[in-house]
Amino acid sequence: MTTVPAAAIPRLQSREDLWRPLRGASRPYIVAVALAALAVAWGLIAWGYQIHQGIGVAGIRRPVMWGFYIVNFVFWIGISHAGTLISAILRLTHAGWRRPVTRVAEAITVFALMIGGLFPLIHLGRVWLFYWLVPYPNERGLWPNFRSPLVWDLTAIFTYLTGSVIYLYLPLIPDLAELSRKTGGWRARLYGLLCLGWTGSDRQWRALERAMKLMAGIILAVAVSVHTVVAWDFAMSLAPTWHSTIFGPYFVVGAIFSGIAALLLVMAIARKALRLESYLQPMHFENLSRLLVLMSLLWFYFTVAENLTVWYGNEPQEMSVFGARVRGPYAPYFWVMVLCNFVVPFVLLGVRRLRSIRTATISAVAVLVGMWLERYLIIVPTLATPRLAAAWGSYSPTWVEISITSATFAAMTLLYLIFAKLFPIIAIWEYHHVSDG
Amino acid sequence: MEHRWGMAIDLDRCTGCEACVAACHAENNLPLSDPESAAKGRAVHWIRVDRYYEGEFPDIRVRYMPVLCQHCDNAPCEPVCPVYATYQNHEGLNVQVHNRCVGTRYCGNNCPYSVRFFNWFEPRWPAPLELQHNPDVAVRPGGVMEKCTFCIHRIQRGKRDARDENRPVADGDVQPACAQACPAEAITFGDLNDPDSKVSRLAASGRATRLLEDLGTKPKVFYLQRGR
Repeated sequence: MTTVPAAAIPRLQSREDLWRPLRGASRPYIVAVALAALAVAWGLIAWGYQIHQGIGVAGIRRPVMWGFYIVNFVFWIGISHAGTLISAILRLTHAGWRRPVTRVAEAITVFALMIGGLFPLIHLGRVWLFYWLVPYPNERGLWPNFRSPLVWDLTAIFTYLTGSVIYLYLPLIPDLAELSRKTGGWRARLYGLLCLGWTGSDRQWRALERAMKLMAGIILAVAVSVHTVVAWDFAMSLAPTWHSTIFGPYFVVGAIFSGIAALLLVMAIARKALRLESYLQPMHFENLSRLLVLMSLLWFYFTVAENLTVWYGNEPQEMSVFGARVRGPYAPYFWVMVLCNFVVPFVLLGVRRLRSIRTATISAVAVLVGMWLERYLIIVPTLATPRLAAAWGSYSPTWVEISITSATFAAMTLLYLIFAKLFPIIAIWEYHHVSDG
Repeated sequence: MEHRWGMAIDLDRCTGCEACVAACHAENNLPLSDPESAAKGRAVHWIRVDRYYEGEFPDIRVRYMPVLCQHCDNAPCEPVCPVYATYQNHEGLNVQVHNRCVGTRYCGNNCPYSVRFFNWFEPRWPAPLELQHNPDVAVRPGGVMEKCTFCIHRIQRGKRDARDENRPVADGDVQPACAQACPAEAITFGDLNDPDSKVSRLAASGRATRLLEDLGTKPKVFYLQRGR
């Protein structure tokens, strides 16, 4: 891969460019924050309504007891893989071009996890008792059931969230110290507090780099295991087509795939909105586009492997689900998914002549839609087609599920808008750092 | 393990009258549903009668199969519950602890028989039906799973009565509501640990099969059917 010449832009210039978004608030910014906050508030109202009335106000029913909420859960946990892949792999392999991209990606990870981790709670019948899943000492001597994949899930996601917050925070420290020196008022106090007394001594730099390298390694392992555990929520069950050995890696590949798409989309928006054209260059989109095509091919390979074996095996229970998916009521979603996840990125980004920032953005949106549909197609048709045909059913969401789902996309936007106002979304020191290639 | 409760259902006797369904509703304080919510898949029937059609119209035969919790020895619903709200008790019953359930509905997904039901709302009964609740059975709150208990309260009462009279529980002492209500006497309930009980003899007969037996769930409900 091509490497950007380190620090092509003088440090003073870049500080001006990257700190500019922190100052003031333009009218479009305020409008965007207001709209996103409104959508989030509406989602919270819907959630409150659901808690008050009972979860029956959502569309889930027997036999489809898991619906939009679990689809969103898997989808958002998948998006969170943006940060880990881009930043950890690229950092560990010393890919120099990563520098303007890492923090954008790490922030996606943290926010997507915060949103994704909320869905199992939204989904609970008695959310006010969610802490019963946590192993805490209590006078009744009751523990959670460590055999349950849901307990593994909780553990994995909590570990991942903790790790990725640390991983986002570590590279922020030098920037925070610089910001605290150069700003005034509450910002100086906030940054001063957060930079943990960073002075930039040799010892501190060495410690920081060691910590970042260590965290990059850890977070990579955790990321792979998290999405594997999410896949095991399904694969450990007896339900037809869920009980599949490749679900772990299949979900990890899908997660990285959708994570890169999310990263491309956020980069494209930030580039325009924050006028970062000279930092997020066509080369970055080019490299990420290639990665997206690679992941698209991998995803396609897994999808073929999964479906071909089901079809060829011709086991009646599995074939009912397969039929519903490929030519039954869910077929339109299935073929749109194939179009979005394979045809669009493969044609738009695989053909060199068509590859551009615009087509990368279009492909990213397509992949996000396609991967959401993939999660839906894994969860709903299987549940709607249980083993005893007499119990077959269907599912359609209500306004509650749709409101909450939209609210999470708004929440992502809102969190990102706030983050971009508080912290530079490109690591200034890393951008100018030459030592690690 | 003193007792191991099981059931035999004679499909050749079943007429599909659904008296068992009605009896179960009354006995276990099941919430009632209106046509809309039933169409939405929200109706709760701890026992249901599945219909299977054979042949082409007009030459059609209907077969009925009452399906309830199979109280599997290897119950797939049990290991997936994160809070131990469902477990196998010492008498082989697959029990649901409503107070412990947080409502992940994972057990419902993992039940191959689709016999687990969720309380989507707080249960309500049109007046005056709330006055006819069975005092032996707790009313479940909204947000928890529920399912057939093999009328565990009747099992307790049977054991208590036997103890009061200083005798072991005799075969036929305990009858769940569905078995008692069945006009065709298709449902037999009893102790599988007692080789002479009626249910044990039926389970050992050549007519007995178990539902989705190849999954290895080891159900304790036996379906009797003449060999074909």
